[in-house]
Amino acid sequence: MILQLIIGGTATGAIYALMAVGFSLLWQTSQTINFAQGEFVAAAAFIMLIFYDALNLPYVLSLVLTIVVAVGILGILFRKVVVERLIKTGLLSLICATIAVSIMVRNSLIFYTAESMAFPSIVSKEAIPLLTIRFSPLDVLNIGLAALVIAALQLFIRKTKPGKALQAVAQNRDVAQVLGIDVGRMTALAFAINAVIVTFAAILVAPVYAAKYNMGLALGLRAFYAAIIGGFNQTRGALIGGLLIGYIEVFTIAYVTSQYSEVVILLIVIGIILFKPEGIWGTKEVWSREL
Amino acid sequence: MRMGRNTMFRSLFDKVWKFAAIAAVLLIIPRFLGIYTIYIYSWLLVYLIAAYGLNLILGYAGQISLAQAAFMGIGAYVVAILVTRGVSFWIALPLGAILSFGIGLILGFPALKVKHHYLAMVTIGFNVIMYKLFENQEAVTGGYYGIFDITRPSLGALRFESDLAYARVIAVIALIMVIIMYWILNTRWGRAFKMIRENEVRAEIVGVDIRAYKLVVFAVGSAYAGVAGGLLAPLLGYIEPTLFELTISFDFLLMVLIGGRGRFEGPLIGVAVVILLPEFLRITNQANLLIFSAIAVVVLLVAPEGGASLWDWIFKRLTGKNPPSLTK
Amino acid sequence: MPMEMQTVLKIRDLRKNFYGLRALDGVDMEIREQELLGLMGPNGSGKSTLLNCMTGVLSTTGGRVYHRSRDITGWKSSSIYKLGIARTFQLVQLFPEMTVLDNMIGAIQESRGSMFSRLFRFSEEGEKAKAQEILDFLKIAHVKNNLAKNLSYGQQKLVDLGMVLMSDPALILLDEPLAGVNPTLGREIIEHILELIKVKSCTVLIIEHNAKIMLDICDRIVVLNEGRKIAEGPPQEIKENPEVLRAYFGA
Repeated sequence: MILQLIIGGTATGAIYALMAVGFSLLWQTSQTINFAQGEFVAAAAFIMLIFYDALNLPYVLSLVLTIVVAVGILGILFRKVVVERLIKTGLLSLICATIAVSIMVRNSLIFYTAESMAFPSIVSKEAIPLLTIRFSPLDVLNIGLAALVIAALQLFIRKTKPGKALQAVAQNRDVAQVLGIDVGRMTALAFAINAVIVTFAAILVAPVYAAKYNMGLALGLRAFYAAIIGGFNQTRGALIGGLLIGYIEVFTIAYVTSQYSEVVILLIVIGIILFKPEGIWGTKEVWSREL
Repeated sequence: MRMGRNTMFRSLFDKVWKFAAIAAVLLIIPRFLGIYTIYIYSWLLVYLIAAYGLNLILGYAGQISLAQAAFMGIGAYVVAILVTRGVSFWIALPLGAILSFGIGLILGFPALKVKHHYLAMVTIGFNVIMYKLFENQEAVTGGYYGIFDITRPSLGALRFESDLAYARVIAVIALIMVIIMYWILNTRWGRAFKMIRENEVRAEIVGVDIRAYKLVVFAVGSAYAGVAGGLLAPLLGYIEPTLFELTISFDFLLMVLIGGRGRFEGPLIGVAVVILLPEFLRITNQANLLIFSAIAVVVLLVAPEGGASLWDWIFKRLTGKNPPSLTK
Repeated sequence: MPMEMQTVLKIRDLRKNFYGLRALDGVDMEIREQELLGLMGPNGSGKSTLLNCMTGVLSTTGGRVYHRSRDITGWKSSSIYKLGIARTFQLVQLFPEMTVLDNMIGAIQESRGSMFSRLFRFSEEGEKAKAQEILDFLKIAHVKNNLAKNLSYGQQKLVDLGMVLMSDPALILLDEPLAGVNPTLGREIIEHILELIKVKSCTVLIIEHNAKIMLDICDRIVVLNEGRKIAEGPPQEIKENPEVLRAYFGA
């Protein structure tokens, strides 16, 4: 039973981790808190549906096209129109804006359909019994693909030139600028990467939970819980946070309470905010008040 | 030129009769409205109160609260529970407001320590937790189905049972709340808020106790939501948890953003747009929200700091003059 | 004479680190009653940091700050202000969307009474009169209803100074009051400061780069370099101090 829960927790946790890592990337490189992260995943899922369902394109082609569109709209356009303009004003305006954008996205998806849409899955969702546990190939795919994406991201950041530049910007913007790194382009890159990440998160979560226009809210919230608990100024914090939320969620529902499972998570989140705001694996941020 | 006692009283008298005029208008209007329109009218005024609360928190103290719906719920459930057990509305309503104020103080305290995104998260968390409580604590809140048969108040021989009568009760209370807000913002507190908003470091250096102001503002703004909730319960006659879920808090945020945060007339514009526009457009709920959020984004892009707003720009375009400012 | 020797502010072994950089590396200093103390040093020597630490704008990494033998280390800037210690800023810090008059009144409205009582204060005649007096003294009364952001730089600097004067501080700390200001205005500012000291018997600390002026008007000068105090004494001594010359002009 516990093993079963661990598998379930890892599978959902993997998705939260993915989303949290993208969230963390945006924060680290451009001090952006993207309250619309959940809606981005939903949007990606719907874009995928448009290509796959409505236009009947093959899966892989649909995926590629979705990534392109996502990068274009959720990445570049979002950054150019909304983030860039408001980041100068301050975090408060940016947060208000991303909340408003999340409401926009959430309520525009319904124009495609209000129904819960079955989402394609490349592997079977059927659970395979193995000894005492049941897991589906989709669960394995969740964990595997999420791990792959995050590993690829880490590789990109550590080994490639643009990746290292991105890391430099994430660690210290001003120093990076002095070193000649085009901070603007690097932030654009971060947004693009986030768009790719949310697309993958979409194709992992939608087959299980179906695609519905309001799926983003619950997902987005959990990604934030993950990012806060784990610490979103460190990628590994976001990763571990995501997995943790997955586990806490399944174990709480199984053993403690079903209705209040989110409350349990929230109490932990609020506790972390009050006592260790940088998160368990995050590093302390310096909020300078120098003149 | 020194302003003597006489001029001070004269300007006070000026304001009093202006407010009296507004009160008269508010009381007369519903007489001419149909049943459904009175309902919209009442609803608008109730939400206006909560929106003013959020405008104070967000626009003047620069803090995000996504818990207005939860505080509305607290006020509403207090009134609902007490009134259905025979307690007078006129006791229950202030009690709900005081409870909201108190909880706002408690919630605001830790909120002081954290930055914007964390505060947003804490208030979201509070709203979700309250919602779950409303939904699951059946013995107290009636659970999923809520509380029914909430009677409208009476005062001595006067009964405010009818829609018209109760609409007037709401109107008077709403006006009082707005007057209180006007008062707060036009005293030194208003200047302190401006200082905090424009240069927080300097404000602290000249002695502004930023934490105290932010805390009190958070509590007052939440109390406003509590009053709104308390008025809502008899308006609908019943309350249930979904009236106070997280998305409603988002709605309040949109109202304040649309009107222009930090503007005194902001909530008026915001609530008017969010409540009245759907009546004219007759489109789906989601389409409405899409429009509102789009407007909010545009307003934010046009005037990111708040204070000024899209409407100033439009006003100026149409009339060629600068719009009047209601607070100094 | 015991009066002059009484210290208004004393700093013991003050340290401040930024990301591993030692901006202040153990500074000892004192400001004496009614003196005009100059604080000098090349760029980056820690002068503004010292001021920020003294006034509670920055937290210290080590060391202590005393105000008339009371330990005020770590105090909030608002509390320090209420002790009668006021400061100006190198980069002028005003409330841009408020009028000059509002800026001035804002500078003292929080000093007296409780927060609650401020809800009931309707008349501001006293404050307005005082602001008028100070603006007249600084000769900028004609802009009192202009928005702070619309003033010229020089006027803003004077408003900054005016705000400091509203609270009748016993100790005034001026952070580069002459920076970016034309010589005529600069001379005016210096005259205002000197007159102020004479009339109000307050204590003043000035951070400035203009060595000539500093050597001319200060009673004592403290020189910092790389976060440490390298010289302290009357202007005559400082002028001839080899360490000082080395700090400013290289070996």
